[in-house]
Amino acid sequence: MMELPCLAAGCAVDLDDERTLALGDYEGPTARWCPGCGDHSVLTAVERLLVAEQLRPEQTVFVSGIGCSSRFPHYLKTYGFHGIHGRALPVATGVKLHRPELNVFVVMGDGDCCSIGAAHWVHATRYNTRMVAMLLDNSIYGLTKKQTSPTTPRGLKTNTQPDGSYLPPLDPLSTTLGTTNVSFVAQTAEWMPAHLYATLRAAYHHHGFAFVRILQRCPMYTASIYERAVKDPGLIELLVHDDGIVVPELDRIYKNRVAHDPSNLDAARQLANPGERLRLGLFFRDEQRVCYDELRRPRKISAGERISLLNAELDKHAV
Amino acid sequence: MIGSAPPVDAPETEDKTRNRRVVQASEHVVEIVSDSGEGAQKCGQTFAAVSAKMGNGIWTVEIIPAEIQPPPRTPEGASGNRIRLGTGPVTNWGDETNLVVAFNEQVLLSRHRLGALAEDAIVLVEDLWATHDNPDIRAAWARAMEELGKRRYRIIPVPMEERCLTIDENPRKGKNMFALGLLASIYRRDLERIEEQIAYTFRKKSDDVFQRNVALMRLGYSWAEEHLDFVIDVPARPTTAPLVVMNGNEALGMGALASGMELCAMYPITPATSVSHYLAEVFERFGGVLHQAEDEIAAAGVAIGASYAGKVAFTITSGPGLALKTEFIGLAIMTETPLVVIDVQRGGPSTGLPTKVEQSDLLAALFAQPGDAPRIVLAPATIEECFHAVITARRLAETFRTVVIILSDANLATGVQPFPRPQLLEEWVAPEPDLSPATQRPYEWDARSGLSARTVPGQPGGMFTVTGLAHDENSKVAYSAGIHQRGTTMRSRKLAVLQQMLIPPRVNGDEQGGDLLVVGWGSTKGAIEESVARARAEGLAVSSLHLSFLSPLEPGLAEIFRRFRRVMTVEINYSDDPADPFITAENRRRGQLALLLRAQTLVDVDCWTRVPGEPLRPAAIHDALRSAIANLARRDVNLTSDTLRAGGLA
Repeated sequence: MMELPCLAAGCAVDLDDERTLALGDYEGPTARWCPGCGDHSVLTAVERLLVAEQLRPEQTVFVSGIGCSSRFPHYLKTYGFHGIHGRALPVATGVKLHRPELNVFVVMGDGDCCSIGAAHWVHATRYNTRMVAMLLDNSIYGLTKKQTSPTTPRGLKTNTQPDGSYLPPLDPLSTTLGTTNVSFVAQTAEWMPAHLYATLRAAYHHHGFAFVRILQRCPMYTASIYERAVKDPGLIELLVHDDGIVVPELDRIYKNRVAHDPSNLDAARQLANPGERLRLGLFFRDEQRVCYDELRRPRKISAGERISLLNAELDKHAV
Repeated sequence: MIGSAPPVDAPETEDKTRNRRVVQASEHVVEIVSDSGEGAQKCGQTFAAVSAKMGNGIWTVEIIPAEIQPPPRTPEGASGNRIRLGTGPVTNWGDETNLVVAFNEQVLLSRHRLGALAEDAIVLVEDLWATHDNPDIRAAWARAMEELGKRRYRIIPVPMEERCLTIDENPRKGKNMFALGLLASIYRRDLERIEEQIAYTFRKKSDDVFQRNVALMRLGYSWAEEHLDFVIDVPARPTTAPLVVMNGNEALGMGALASGMELCAMYPITPATSVSHYLAEVFERFGGVLHQAEDEIAAAGVAIGASYAGKVAFTITSGPGLALKTEFIGLAIMTETPLVVIDVQRGGPSTGLPTKVEQSDLLAALFAQPGDAPRIVLAPATIEECFHAVITARRLAETFRTVVIILSDANLATGVQPFPRPQLLEEWVAPEPDLSPATQRPYEWDARSGLSARTVPGQPGGMFTVTGLAHDENSKVAYSAGIHQRGTTMRSRKLAVLQQMLIPPRVNGDEQGGDLLVVGWGSTKGAIEESVARARAEGLAVSSLHLSFLSPLEPGLAEIFRRFRRVMTVEINYSDDPADPFITAENRRRGQLALLLRAQTLVDVDCWTRVPGEPLRPAAIHDALRSAIANLARRDVNLTSDTLRAGGLA
């Protein structure tokens, strides 16, 4: 297959549109997540991003699956598609293939992305269709009341594994980084709003499929899983690089820093292995990877042209 | 000159110039069978296309083994084409085969054992095996000839390989063109047209390949001219009306092009995949994207995402894929996102009979979703209708904001038939989505019809979130029973509106009524109507009716049914035979359309259904009609004697 240059596309800002959009232009009804749920802070960061980038609400689509986090689109004043469990990525791919000028964001939970929709996750990574894919990972099925998810820590007691989760948790970073044609992988945390916002912004500017895992707590069922890291910045390790996610205001608090060039995939895979500390930052970015949506962009034809082309097709079958 | 017996019903005349007897026939069924990979299908397709171009009616079916490379010289490896050739239009694959060209005696045995061949069939068979170096092969040939010798076949050995070797060192690759030459001579086909068609068949290959194939074809032709003492004349009736010839899957693909849809998402599945093979060749030129998704579920999701964002999109599948798409189809219905689903049915359940025809997906197409999920279901009955079904489906999906399922099947998929060239209309083509500011709410249901205009991303002021949760007119998630009741009613009402727009079906036969009405749907139309014509010619009061819409059902059915003493569906799906052990009127499982019609019309609709893994033969349906009528007569006798007994007279 011939490689086409990745054209700048997907940022639908209409230059003739002189509106200046404010937060209120994006805010939907009050979110109905539990108080203390990490989803609230992701929503806030996303709204901030929409204002900063002045994305036209009518040109922006949030696609989600099923679960607490998938209520996300309902709380924004953009277009939204709240679909079925695990299948947000195919819907988003369809939107982008047919309407490449739209800004597409995908919101998935850990059950959505890493369990029932795992096949789509691997393939969406490989398609590298331009969109921001957010994994809101609270390590539990919350909406259905505390069942083990693929990312549940081993030993955590749930209603389906009351003696504690049997297996080591699946590591979404390694899985994504292990997939052919991966182009952007970052990890951030819901309790670090500055880092969260900077990460989403870098993801939005990425030319391709930007996968962001957001570490979250569920106040009902996994409130304690990141408790120590929330209180002790020493348990966090930031990946830093000029091409990475740069958040100067975090320098004072987070002293553990690893210099990591995000163009180095081997190093990214090493760093993705869960260690003593939680590693946040940009693991990998490559803007030169093939974008499926850009390879599959046929020219528009008129109805008249269509009919003459089809007549030529019929000629081949004429008796 | 070899052999002599011509087909039975044929008057004979002398062909003075060639001294070969001319067998006149109004129709003839010919088949070419070989091991898989020897190209019998190319031979058959070329012969059929040329015959259609010369003005004959044709219907072609493929003979397909289940494996890609089954062992050579085995009955289960039989692969090829079967062409029913007629003077007038041919609407189905017919009954028994009149002439067969076989590349070895084992594939011939397979056709013989399936009962595919007429008692007096002419059999042209490669004779290489009779004198083969391998004694096992010679013995197998002898045993086969003994078995075949019990019938009245006229067997003509043909030295295919020996002749082909004179111009091609790999005769396995050339016999099919030699066989085409034989048929060209026997059926008096126009050699220029044959060469044109060979050029088309090998359009992706070099000129060398074309020349070699033409030479092989001419070699077969000369051999037949020299050695055969008969020709078969199935007069063509060339028409001035322009015709096109193609198979049902190509017709579906072209219908998609004519509909203006721009995205097809699919996952490979037999027998649907060849639609996407066709689209893969041409779709991009038409501004389309053929997306091969990672699985059947994703294919539905991508199509729904595209539809939601603009023009209606479609997905193509077969039974197992339809099962996997179930949840997404429910989502499209619930969110009123238009979607066209093409299901090219095969035998089921489970993996079933991947390459064979069946009509067993009807109830799944209508009812597979949990919850109430009304959708439109159409079934084309001919290749021509495959073309138009897609255009209609796109328009209905858009107008009614719902899912339209098209039920084709393996018989239509690979059947080849000429039909009037469609006069293309711009109004068939999906318009560009209207991106002007939205003034309506997401589901502004018309209180009477349930219809509403949809909003697509890009429309300022129209922003909303579609959801598969129960929702109100604003697409707000609803938890009250009243809102769900209303949404469900509105989605259902749309089908009633469509039903009232449909034209009542036409009765084929006697509009006034009669003893028996046969009801069918989908690809069985030609065979049913042919068997009804035979029965009517015998004086039986039989008529038929064929349904194109299965959801909603076409109007006026109960009223039409009441004009007939008995109503019976004929379908290619399973039903219990009333004569089987344990089967009673109460527990009998009936054909899928019969079940539907009984529920919808309260008429005691009977059924005659079979799952043979092949299209129904008109003769078999004809037998079923005759026995249904005979049963009616027996019932009359019983009723009469009951009446007499009741009156104390017997």
